[in-house]
Amino acid sequence: MSAGDNIPTLEVRDLQTRFHTRGGVLPVVNGVSFTLGRGKVLGLVGESGSGKSVTGFSIMGLVDAPGQIEGGQVLFKGQDLLRLSEPERRALRGSRIAMIFQDPMATLNPVLRVDAQMLEAVHAHVKMSNTEARRLAASTLELMGIASPEERLLAYPHQLSGGMRQRVAIAIALLHGPDLIIADEPTTALDVTIQAQILSEMQKLVRERGTSLIWISHDLSVVAGLADEIAVMYAGRIVEHGTVDQVLDDPQHPYTQGLIASLPDVNQVNLSSAKKRGLRLRQIPGMAPNLLNMPGGCAFAPRCPRASSVCNEMPEMSTQAGHQVRCFHPGTAVEVTA
Amino acid sequence: MSGKKKTFDEHSIWWRVAADFLQSRVAVGGLIVLGLVVLAALVAPWITPQNPYDLMQLDVLDARLHPGTPSSAGGYTYWLGTDGQGRDLYSAIIYGLRISLLVGVGSALFAAVIGTLVGLLAAYAGGKVDAALMRLVDLLLSFPTILMALMILAYVGKGVGNVVLTLVLLEWAYYARTARGQALVETRREYVEAARGQGIPRWRILTGHILPNCLPPLLVIGALQIARAITLEATLSFLGLGVPITEPSLGLLISNGYQYLLSNEYWISFFPGVALLATIIAINLVGDQLRDVLNPRLQK
Repeated sequence: MSAGDNIPTLEVRDLQTRFHTRGGVLPVVNGVSFTLGRGKVLGLVGESGSGKSVTGFSIMGLVDAPGQIEGGQVLFKGQDLLRLSEPERRALRGSRIAMIFQDPMATLNPVLRVDAQMLEAVHAHVKMSNTEARRLAASTLELMGIASPEERLLAYPHQLSGGMRQRVAIAIALLHGPDLIIADEPTTALDVTIQAQILSEMQKLVRERGTSLIWISHDLSVVAGLADEIAVMYAGRIVEHGTVDQVLDDPQHPYTQGLIASLPDVNQVNLSSAKKRGLRLRQIPGMAPNLLNMPGGCAFAPRCPRASSVCNEMPEMSTQAGHQVRCFHPGTAVEVTA
Repeated sequence: MSGKKKTFDEHSIWWRVAADFLQSRVAVGGLIVLGLVVLAALVAPWITPQNPYDLMQLDVLDARLHPGTPSSAGGYTYWLGTDGQGRDLYSAIIYGLRISLLVGVGSALFAAVIGTLVGLLAAYAGGKVDAALMRLVDLLLSFPTILMALMILAYVGKGVGNVVLTLVLLEWAYYARTARGQALVETRREYVEAARGQGIPRWRILTGHILPNCLPPLLVIGALQIARAITLEATLSFLGLGVPITEPSLGLLISNGYQYLLSNEYWISFFPGVALLATIIAINLVGDQLRDVLNPRLQK
């Protein structure tokens, strides 16, 4: 066991996932690498289309045609998942590695009762009697803060509220006590108070059980409160990776700085409403690049205020201010006057 | 769906479907007629004065009697008249309904099972298997049904079992196409992705998760196909290729009376025709309402 303790739960090395579309080959995940220790929480942040969800799906082995994993390694406790056969991967999915999806309405089967869906998930991996499986299901629901779980087991998804549905979906992911959970924006569809409750419950569970968690989100504020580390993705690559404090307090990549600057400022919100209304929200100029027609070098260069001729080359990861940054012109943000 | 329920109700969606179904009076009327028809067919021996399939009970001297004539053996009245062989038409219609319903429900059931399996297989396998199966379906659906039925029956011969077989061969394609289309739609839903993420085997996802979501449209097709099968059986019997002459179904009764229509002996064709019409309309009304209730796009 002592040897096993040193092996990280997940190590992704140079992951390449491409989508072969009629228009051409899209490098959706383009050389993503990161390491996630036992019980650690990684926030994977980026805008829509940055490849953060596909990274999650690639780790799960759920990438469907026209997508294909074409390179790299996904080491789960030292074992390369990409070399496993489909039955071997299936055995890990849901038991050791679980996934939670964004829309709890869509992820629960509308015509099956909660108990049917939970028992199915139990029986997919463990042989046990229905009574035992039921007990496990009920106790896992209780773990997610669901009152009278026996009653909820008899409900159909449409009879549950949005927050309740997501708790059920998370409980299904927790059934087998996985070592790694990949959560793909699971609180985005929920209102803020429910979101906060579920976040704190997740955080507690992960801490108690030593489960590693990848929290995919576009919402920096959610990730800030939950994660140990943040990896910022842009156009299929990680552009900045460090601890929460490093990335949020001293971002080095201009894209990360833009993301943080585009958050509405709390101080602005506190201004009187007349004044507040006049203030513009900051945005990053330009648009995310078309993956079919990527700039030769740094993908962010066309939108970057610091871009220069060197940016026509792809920058490598380098250590800046104690964490990893992929930029030729890293540096602390200069306050932009609006 | 309609009206918010304050209490935590434990009714399944099928309960809601039933409640929605009862909203339409016409459909309820159809359901009642259909219920009576099925009931009559089930208890036929106890509600009919004569077994029209037992040649010993038939009296040829009683052939083609007017409605309301008492039987020569005495004991009962031919309220709906008799046919060319001296069958009491009322008894013959009730027994004929038995055959019609048996053929209709039996063929629809078998066709539904086979068609659904083929459709799910096509959706699951994809690629060449899918293409091959669907071209076969296209081929079957593009042929004139009656012509195909006549060809098959000419080959396998008459009889209730063979009629059912013929109808199954002709009708599974409808279910296959619907099941495949629905399964393809459902496969792209997120709950399938989630089920895969739970490590549930693919065939279990197909049968346990996707199939239940495909059932509503298949149910509607099933209801309408029962009506179609009954009509088709009647047509085949009318053409002389359906059930044996000694065990007339509704179609054969109509066919037998057809030659007497011009000599004012209307009842031999008329009453079986009315029974057939009522049954078909009732099934169609029920089927239409089912479609409205189960189609999410038409829901309030």
